[in-house]
Amino acid sequence: MNRINKKLQEDKKLLSIYFTAGFPHIDDTVTIIQNLEKSGVDMIEIGLPFSDPLADGPTIQDSSKKALQNGMTSELLFEQLKDIRNTVSIPLIIMGYFNPILQYGVEAFCKKCKAIGIDGLIIPDLPVDIYHSEYKSTFENYGLKNIFLITPQTSDERIHYIDSVSDGFIYMVSSASTTGAKSGFGNIQTDYFERISTMNLKNPQIVGFGISNKDTFNQATKFAKGAIIGSAFIKHLKENTIEDLNSFILPILNKH
Amino acid sequence: MSYNINEKGYYGDFGGAYIPEMLYPNIEELRENYLKITSEPSFQEEFHQLLKDYVGRPSPLYFAKRLSEKYNTKIYLKREDLNHTGAHKVNNTIGQILLAKRLGKTRIIAETGAGQHGVATATVCALMGIECVVYMGEVDIARQAPNVARMKMLGAKVVPAISGSRTLKDATNEAMRDWINNPVDTHYIVGSVVGPHPYPDMVARFQAVVSKEIKNQLLEKEGSEDPNYLIACVGGGSNAAGTYYHYLDNENVKIIAVEAAGKGVETGESAATMVLGNEGIIHGSKTLLMQTKDGQITEPYSISAGLDYPGVGPMHANLYKTGRAEFIAIKDDEAMKAGMQLSKLEGIIPAIETSHALAVFETKKFKPEDIVVVNLSGRGDKDLQNYIDYFKL
Repeated sequence: MNRINKKLQEDKKLLSIYFTAGFPHIDDTVTIIQNLEKSGVDMIEIGLPFSDPLADGPTIQDSSKKALQNGMTSELLFEQLKDIRNTVSIPLIIMGYFNPILQYGVEAFCKKCKAIGIDGLIIPDLPVDIYHSEYKSTFENYGLKNIFLITPQTSDERIHYIDSVSDGFIYMVSSASTTGAKSGFGNIQTDYFERISTMNLKNPQIVGFGISNKDTFNQATKFAKGAIIGSAFIKHLKENTIEDLNSFILPILNKH
Repeated sequence: MSYNINEKGYYGDFGGAYIPEMLYPNIEELRENYLKITSEPSFQEEFHQLLKDYVGRPSPLYFAKRLSEKYNTKIYLKREDLNHTGAHKVNNTIGQILLAKRLGKTRIIAETGAGQHGVATATVCALMGIECVVYMGEVDIARQAPNVARMKMLGAKVVPAISGSRTLKDATNEAMRDWINNPVDTHYIVGSVVGPHPYPDMVARFQAVVSKEIKNQLLEKEGSEDPNYLIACVGGGSNAAGTYYHYLDNENVKIIAVEAAGKGVETGESAATMVLGNEGIIHGSKTLLMQTKDGQITEPYSISAGLDYPGVGPMHANLYKTGRAEFIAIKDDEAMKAGMQLSKLEGIIPAIETSHALAVFETKKFKPEDIVVVNLSGRGDKDLQNYIDYFKL
C-alpha cells in the first residue's frame, strides 16, 4: 500500500509540512526532511521551485526565487533525494507547477519519483480534467497519487468529480486566497469545513492555506483529517537554523 | 483544416486552461457565458455603438503612397493608431467591460507592460464608473511615467508588481493572484490573446473588428476583400489576431508575423519567442515560450515594452507550428529606423511595436502588384522619449 493511504488510516490528526527545496540553502533538502520526521511530522510536501508561482503569496514566492538563485533544478532535487528512503519513512509528496515537470517529461518525472520513493504529487496548475484525460494512467503506472485542490468556491458537483478521480486525500484550500495571504479562520471557513465533512467523500481531506500555529491547526482539523503548514514554516526557516525545527513543530503537536 | 479555436479551447496543440483550482470558478463562469453574452443583439449593438462613437471606428485603411513607391509594392496601413487611447487595445477593453457588466462584476483588474492596455482599461472603467486596479511591474512604472499618470487621471489605482523581474510577466502573475483572492466580484481584463481559455478566443473576437473592416475597405478600394499579405507585430499577439482573424482559413492571403529580436536572437537579449522558445505553459496556456531547459520562464528583452513578453498567444504558436504564418524577427535598430522612415515619408509617427512590422519591407521583397496590409497598431506618442534617446533628437 502507498505510504499516503497507509498514513491516512492512522487514528490521529495529521500534520503535513511544506517547504521549498533549495531554501534557505541549496543543500538543506535532506536535513530538513530528516529533522521534520524526527519532530513528529506526518507527511512532507517538497516544493519544486518555479519562476512564476501564481498561486503563491510573497513568502513562498521569495523562497522559490531564492531557491532558484541557489541553483535548484528538478535534476538536482532528484539527485539530493536519491537515498532519502534509507533514512525517512513518512510519505513524501513533491509539489510543483506543471511547466518544469512538462519540460522534464511527465513520464520521466514520474519514473524518477517512483525510483526515489516519492508517494505523490501536487501540481496546482494541472487541472483535474486534463490530468484525467492525459496523465492519469502514467501516474498510476508509477504508483503516484495525484492530489487535487478544492476551494470554498468549488461546486459540490465538481468536488464529487474530484473525489472520484482522487485516491489519497483531497487538499482543501481554506479560503479564496494565495498561500500565506490570510491567517486564522472565520465562520466562512468553519462552515465550509463542516459542509465538506458531511459530503461523504471517499477521500479524507487535509486543509491547507491559513494554518500557521497550534490554534489554526486545531481549528482546521476539527472537521478534517489533517492540515498543511507552508508559509509559516518557511518564515520559521528564515529566522532559525534547519537544526531547530522542534521549536516550530512540537507546540503544534503537543496538544494531540 | 481550421486555424481557429476548437470546441475544447485549443488551436492545434496549443491553448487550454492550465489553471489552479482557485481560478476554476472564475474561468468557468467566463467560458460558459462569453459566447452567449457577446452574441446577444443588445451586446453587439452597444459594442458597435461604442466602437463607432467613442473609439472612432472604423479606423481608416490608408494607402501609403510614398512608402509604396519606396518599396515598389502596394502598402495599406490599417490605422489603429487613430483609435481613442492611441492603439488597438481599446477594442478589447470595450468588449470586456460590457461583458463584465453583464456578469454583474463591480471591480476590474488588469495587467500592463508599457501601460497601453492599462490606459485602455482605466479608460473604459471611467466610462462605466467601475473600480479599476492595474498591476504594473515596478520597473515599467519607472520607465512609463506618462501612462502611469494617465491611468491615475482616469481614476485607476496602479499597483506596482514587486515580484520576480518586476515587468509584464510579473504584473500578469500579480493580477492572477488578485483574482484568486477576489473570485466573486472581480473581472480580470486580460490585454492580449494569452492566458487560459477562453481569453485567447475572447480577445481575438473583440479584435476581429480589425480584419472585418479591412475586408470591407479593401473591397471598396481594390475590388477584392483579399490582400496578398497581412503583416502585424506580435508580442502576446492581440493586434495580429485581430488582423488575421477573418483571413485565418483563407490561404490565398499570406500571413506575416513580426517578433522582436531585441539586440539579436543570438545575444541573449531578445523577445523572439518562436526562434528561442519551445512548448510549455505560461499564464495558464499551453504555447511556445522562452524558458530554461529546467522549465523556468526567462526574461525577454526588446526596446519595445509591448513586445517584451516571454510567451505568445496559442493561436500564433499554432500558426507558427503549422507553417500558416511566416515569422520574422526584427532587431531594435531595424525597428527604430523603420519608425523614423514612416514619420518622414508618411507623416505618421508609429509606436515602436508597430515599427517592427514596418521593418519587414527592408528584409522581404514584395511584387509591385502585391497588396500588403500592415496593422499600424499604435501611435508613437508614448515612445517619444525612446525615439529622443535613440536618435539624440
